[in-house]
Amino acid sequence: MLNRTPTHTDREFESELGHLRQRLLRMSGRVEQMINQSAKALVMGDVDLARATVLLDRAVNSDEMEIDELGMRLLARWQPMASDLRFIIFAFKIVTDLERIGDLAVNICERAIQLGNEAGVEPFNDIPEMAKGVAWMLSESIDAFVHADEGRARAVIERDDEIDDAYHRIFRAQVERMTVDHDHFDRCLAVQNVGKYLERMADHATNIAEQVIFLVRGQDVRHAGKRISNER
Amino acid sequence: MSPLFRHHRATGARMERVFSTICGLAVWIPLIILAVLLVVGLSEGVSRIGVDFLTSYPSRKWEEAGILPALVGSVCLLVLTGLIALPLGVGAAVYLEEYGQRGRFARFIELNIANLAGVPSVIYGLLGLGVFVRALGMGRSLLAGACTLALLVMPVVVIVTREALRTVPDAIREGALALGASRWQAIRQVVLPMAMPGILTGSILAMSRAIGETAPLVVVGALTYVTFLPDGIDAPFTALPIQIFNWVSRPQKGFLINAAAAILVLLVTLLSLNLSAILLRNRLQQRMQG
Amino acid sequence: MTSDAGSTALSVSTLRAGFGAAEILKGINLNIRSQQVTAIIGPSGCGKSTFIRTLNRMHETSGEAWVKGTVMLDGQDIYAPEVDPVLLRRRVGMVFQKPNPFPSMSIRENVLAGLRLTHRLKADAADAVVEQALTRAALWGEVKDRLAAPGLSLSGGQQQRLCIARALAVEPSVLLMDEPCSALDPIATARIEDLIHVLRERYTIVIVTHSMQQAARVSNQTAFFLMGELVEVDETSRVFSSPKDPRTEDYITGRFG
Repeated sequence: MLNRTPTHTDREFESELGHLRQRLLRMSGRVEQMINQSAKALVMGDVDLARATVLLDRAVNSDEMEIDELGMRLLARWQPMASDLRFIIFAFKIVTDLERIGDLAVNICERAIQLGNEAGVEPFNDIPEMAKGVAWMLSESIDAFVHADEGRARAVIERDDEIDDAYHRIFRAQVERMTVDHDHFDRCLAVQNVGKYLERMADHATNIAEQVIFLVRGQDVRHAGKRISNER
Repeated sequence: MSPLFRHHRATGARMERVFSTICGLAVWIPLIILAVLLVVGLSEGVSRIGVDFLTSYPSRKWEEAGILPALVGSVCLLVLTGLIALPLGVGAAVYLEEYGQRGRFARFIELNIANLAGVPSVIYGLLGLGVFVRALGMGRSLLAGACTLALLVMPVVVIVTREALRTVPDAIREGALALGASRWQAIRQVVLPMAMPGILTGSILAMSRAIGETAPLVVVGALTYVTFLPDGIDAPFTALPIQIFNWVSRPQKGFLINAAAAILVLLVTLLSLNLSAILLRNRLQQRMQG
Repeated sequence: MTSDAGSTALSVSTLRAGFGAAEILKGINLNIRSQQVTAIIGPSGCGKSTFIRTLNRMHETSGEAWVKGTVMLDGQDIYAPEVDPVLLRRRVGMVFQKPNPFPSMSIRENVLAGLRLTHRLKADAADAVVEQALTRAALWGEVKDRLAAPGLSLSGGQQQRLCIARALAVEPSVLLMDEPCSALDPIATARIEDLIHVLRERYTIVIVTHSMQQAARVSNQTAFFLMGELVEVDETSRVFSSPKDPRTEDYITGRFG
C-alpha cells in the first residue's frame, strides 16, 4: 500500500511512514506469537512458557505507545491526505485491537498458570484448533494489509462464525462437565474462560480485517447493515 | 576559519574607495561649476536687478533698458506652450501606452519619438516658420512661437508620460478592469491620477527647457527690439533668451551687465520651476502613500 | 450533510484557452454550484489561473489571448458576441493574489471605486454602501474611524479585505479569488478563510489555491487541474480522503514523481 512508486517527494515523510509500517508489522508479529505461545502453554501445562509470554506483553504495550506517538507526529507535521491519512487512522485503530489481543493472551497464560502442570488432564477439545484459527485470522488480516488484498480480508471476516461456533461447543461441553464433576468446577470455568478469550481475540482480528477493507477501498464496512439512515 | 578583520580585504576595499571617490567627484564637480557660474553672474549682474529693470522696456541706453516685454513674452509663451503641448503630449502617450499594440510598429513609433526629442531645436524653428508662420498664416506671432515650442517639447512630454504610465503596476489596471470599468474609465480615474506626479514633474522639466530656447524663436521671428507688450496671441513678441542674445551682441559694456542680470532672472525662473516640480511631486507622492 | 443538488451558477463547456500558439486549457467541462465554494487546485502551470480568468473574461485583456468554448452564466453564454465583458465583470468580481487597493484613494474611496468608476454611485447612498461592503468583508470595525486614511496604510491582510469589500460593493453574484492568501501571514489567512465561510451564504465563490490544506478547509467542491485538463472534481471531503483518479491521489499525497 505504501511502497508503491512514485514515492513521496518529501523523503523524511516517506521514511517516517515506513517506520510506522514497520512497527505495526512487528507488533502484530509479537501478538501472533503470544497467541500461539499462550495456547501451547495452556495445553502443554507449560507454566514457564506462560510466564515468558506474559513478559512479551510488555513489549507489545510499548509498541502501542510508540505507534500512537509516531502516528500523532505524522499527523501534526505533515497533515497527510487520502491514502496516507487512511493508513494512519488504520494504524491507530488496529493498534488498539492488537493490544487487546495481547491482553487476552495474557489472560490465557494466567489460566495456564492456574491450571498448573497437569497436562493432559483437561479435555481441551477445540481449544487448540480455535487458537490456530485465531492466529490464522490475525496473520491473514495483516497479510491482507501488506498486500492490499480485500479478498483475504473478507475471508477473515467469514471465519469469525466458525470461531463463534467453536466457542459455543466449548461452553456447552464445560457446562455439562460442571454439572457432573463438582470437584473440578473451577477448572471447567477456567477452560470456558479461555474459550471466551479466544472468541474475543477473533472479534478483534475481524475488526482488523474490516479496517483493512476501509484502508484499501476508502469505504467504511463496519456495522454492515446496521446503519440507520439519517436522511428524511 | 578565515579571519574577519578589515585589513584582510585590502584590494577589494581599495577599489571600493577609488570607485566611491570618482562617483563623489562626478557629483561635486558639476555642482562646483554651476556655483561658479552663478557667482560670476551674480557679481556682475546683481547690481542691475531692481524693480525698474524688471518693469522697463529696452532702450538704446543701457541704464534705462529693462526686460519687461521679454519677461512677459516668455511667460506668455510658457503658458501657451503648456496649454498646447501638455494635453496633446499626454493624450498621445496615453493612446500609445494604454491602447497601443505591442508590435514592431509600436517599437518603430517609440524609436522615432526618441529621435524627435533629440532633433536640434533650430530645425523645429524652420518647421515652425514653414508651417505655422507661412502655411497656416499665423505670422510672426506668439501663437506661432508657442506652437513651435510645443512641437519641440511634445516628444519629451510623450516620453515622460509613457514612463510615468509604466510605473503604474498592471495589478492596478487589472483591479480597475475587474470591477467592471471600461478601459477609458480605468485610465482616467485610476491610472492617470497615479501617474500624475511623474507626468507633472516631467512636463515641468520639459517646459523649463522650452523657456531657455533661443534658436527656434529667432527663426520663427521673435523680435529683438520691442517697445510694447503683446496684446493678443497673434501679436509679435520677444522672449528672455532673445533679449539676452541681443544685449550680448552690443558693444557697450553696460549691456553686458544687463545681459548678466537677465541671465540671472532666467536662471532664477528656471530653478524655481524645477523646484516647484519637485515639491509638487513630493506632495502628490505623500498623499498616495500616507 | 446531504449533497446540495442546488443550482449551477456557472457552467463551463469544452473550454479551451491559451496565448498565441500555446494552448493552456485543453477542453474543460465543469459546473460551478451557486452559493458554494469551489476550489481549484493543481501544480504550477496547470492552467488554474488561466481558467479562473476566463470566467470573468479577464484572460482576453492580455495580448494574443484566445478563448473557445462556452461559459454559461444564468443561462447566457458570456462569450457570445453581443455580451459586453465590461458589464460581465460587474456580475463576476475578482480578488487578486497580491492586494491591490488603489494608491491614490482613501479607504472609503477604494470601496466606492467600483461604483464611481462606472458612474453608478448615488451620492446619498455612498455611506451606506461603504458600511455594508466593509461589514461584509469583516473590516468595518477596524477602519470605521479612519475611512479617510489612504488605502495603503492598512496591513496586508486588511488590504486584501479592503479589496474584497471593493469587489462586493459592486454587488456581484460570483466572486473569483486567485490565490487570495498567498501574500498573507497565517493569521490574516485564517481571517480571510473565515470570511469565505460567511460569504458563501450570499455569493458563489471560486478560489484558486496552491495550498491543498486551504482547499480542504474552505471549499465544498474541489477540482484538480493537471496540464490544462480537469482530472477530477468532487465533494471536497471525498477528494481528500479517497480520490478516484490516481493522478489526484499522487498530487494530494505529495507523490509528484
